Amino acid sequence: MSDKKKLTDTQREKERWEKTTLPKWIHNHPERRSNFHTTSEIPIKRLYTPEDMQNLDYLKDLSFPGEFPFTRGLHATMYRGRLWTMRMFSGYGTADQTNQRFKYLLDEGETGLSIAFDYPTIMGYDPDHPLATGEVGICGVAVSSLKDMEVLLDQIPLDKVTTSMTINGPAAMLLAMYVAVGDKQGIPRERIGGTTQNDMLKEFFAQKLCIFPPKPSLKLVTDIIEYCTRHLPRWNPVSISGYHIREAGANALQELAFTLYDGITYVESILERGLKVDDFAPRLSFFFASHNNLFEEVAKFRAARRLWAKIMKERFHAKNPRSMWMRMHVQTSGCTLTAKQPLNNITRTTIEALAAVIGGTQSLHTNSFDEALCLPTEEAVRVALRTQQIIAHESGAPDTIDPLAGSYYIEALTDELEERAMDYIQRIDAMGGALVAIEKGFFQKEIADSSYKYQIETDRKKRIVVGVNEYTTGEEIPISILRIDPKVEEEQVARVEKLRRERDNRKVEEVLKKLHYAAERDTNLMPVIIEAVKDYATLGEICGVLRKIHGEYKELIVI
Amino acid sequence: MERKGKIRVLIAKPGLDSHDRGAKIVARSLRDAGMEVIYTGLRQTPEQIAETALQEDVDVIGLSILSGAHKALFPRIMELVKKKGLTDVMVFAGGIIPKEDIPEMKKLGISQIFGPGTPTETIVRFVFDNAPERT
Repeated sequence: MSDKKKLTDTQREKERWEKTTLPKWIHNHPERRSNFHTTSEIPIKRLYTPEDMQNLDYLKDLSFPGEFPFTRGLHATMYRGRLWTMRMFSGYGTADQTNQRFKYLLDEGETGLSIAFDYPTIMGYDPDHPLATGEVGICGVAVSSLKDMEVLLDQIPLDKVTTSMTINGPAAMLLAMYVAVGDKQGIPRERIGGTTQNDMLKEFFAQKLCIFPPKPSLKLVTDIIEYCTRHLPRWNPVSISGYHIREAGANALQELAFTLYDGITYVESILERGLKVDDFAPRLSFFFASHNNLFEEVAKFRAARRLWAKIMKERFHAKNPRSMWMRMHVQTSGCTLTAKQPLNNITRTTIEALAAVIGGTQSLHTNSFDEALCLPTEEAVRVALRTQQIIAHESGAPDTIDPLAGSYYIEALTDELEERAMDYIQRIDAMGGALVAIEKGFFQKEIADSSYKYQIETDRKKRIVVGVNEYTTGEEIPISILRIDPKVEEEQVARVEKLRRERDNRKVEEVLKKLHYAAERDTNLMPVIIEAVKDYATLGEICGVLRKIHGEYKELIVI
Repeated sequence: MERKGKIRVLIAKPGLDSHDRGAKIVARSLRDAGMEVIYTGLRQTPEQIAETALQEDVDVIGLSILSGAHKALFPRIMELVKKKGLTDVMVFAGGIIPKEDIPEMKKLGISQIFGPGTPTETIVRFVFDNAPERT
């Protein structure tokens, strides 16, 4: 029997089923809702059949793992070879406290570091700046100069452990400090591996931790990518991030489309510097959220890989298959965590982490159950890491490659997400690109609308959030909370004051002048920033020079 | 009871954090409920918040913070609001504020603190019920 004949038979039989078995059953057992849809408004059918895959061309659309278009995964053996990197985002208090947390996590089986910085660091302020009041060491670790970075990475071998740094506005300065510590440890620069998030575009419309206006920000991002391409071959200079877009309220489709568009914009910006696409594209990396709709998330990861591969091949004419690889880090969704009945968050995180693994991620962070309330305690973060280890070693999910491929539903959803993301990309192209879309508030409005809609659905119980708008009874189980000692701020201020007294201030003055000169002249700033951190200029001082030249970004408010 | 004019609300985000999802949702909900809402964006200093409240002649201030700096910033905001003579203005807050801190925050004169997961209707109702009458 031919495939075509089989399909016609199936279609005919489905129609029969819809006229006989189905209505009889529905008559006595009505469905829970009149319509079902994913978070991205994609209607979910009652049943998916071979009909939904009739246009699928296996070799063209799915192919084999490690081969274009990489739908089934980047590597030929995926997790049968090496498991994903278990990378827990962490940082709080002083550099010394976080250094101890890093060592604890490595002892517990974590396989890569990921640094969370406090808000003054993220915004490029020293701890004694008026806006830093009450914020030092609270939401991450305070790193004000190379001195702190030396303590933070004490006894961590930078040639063996890779480190991800969630830093954007001052990414160049923190990367410079990391490189400087590597130099001190005597490790050749070509052996230092890790990632700087360094994705400013999404900051302007999603995470909103911006220092400088869009143009100089994009210039600095490009400086880092160019510098890493030439000098730090194992460093991922940018992690093009959908995570924050999603957390700000976007749905899966918007996360997918806007992230890929940011990626396109960076590629264009680097090409303008005269680099060849295959020289830098293999080191571009991505960062996505894994939200609560299991199948939509799996489809999103698959669609993202396929679409990026096509964009790199068709739009940018990449030749090296690695340029077409979308290597991704995934974090389970912080905004799905609830402050009510916090232990339920362990279950949420498990489902989300499973989606990321089935979706073929390279690296994963699992949130801790207490994170709607505070930074995670040691106990909570251990459960989160154990969740990954249970998926890895007990669930069987990593034992075959791309296990949901061929599911009528997953393939239909993967196609649908790719197609709709492509529509968005064409719309943004027509608008004149990402910077124009940011200026117009396009992304901001799209995200604000989705976020509001999600909330209204929750308020009206169209969306059930267990323990929040349903199943709310039951005893509150008290959990212990991590609190940061306010003394951290005093100590950090004292440390910076001591540094300013003890360093060679003449050298600092000179190097800051040199930076000022370079910044006015459009040269790549990485070398002089490395010089400045090595002379122990503080983060606030270095950012201060650039603030003077470029001014600060003024938020475009869209509600 | 009919009140004179619409309730004017300032939604303000002190602190360095940029988690504005909640603040924007609250701003939009209050606006959709018929109030005049002013949202001034991220990273407002206590001075800016008190000054905007005065200039915009608001009845209500809603503070949103998720950075953990509320203990350092809320006392300063409340002090400045009072200094400007805005003693009738009702202040409420939301964000990530640990339970143990709530009594201390209420002592400052903050009427209510709404944690994560609060339905928007609860906040809208609270503002309607507690906004001071215009004289």
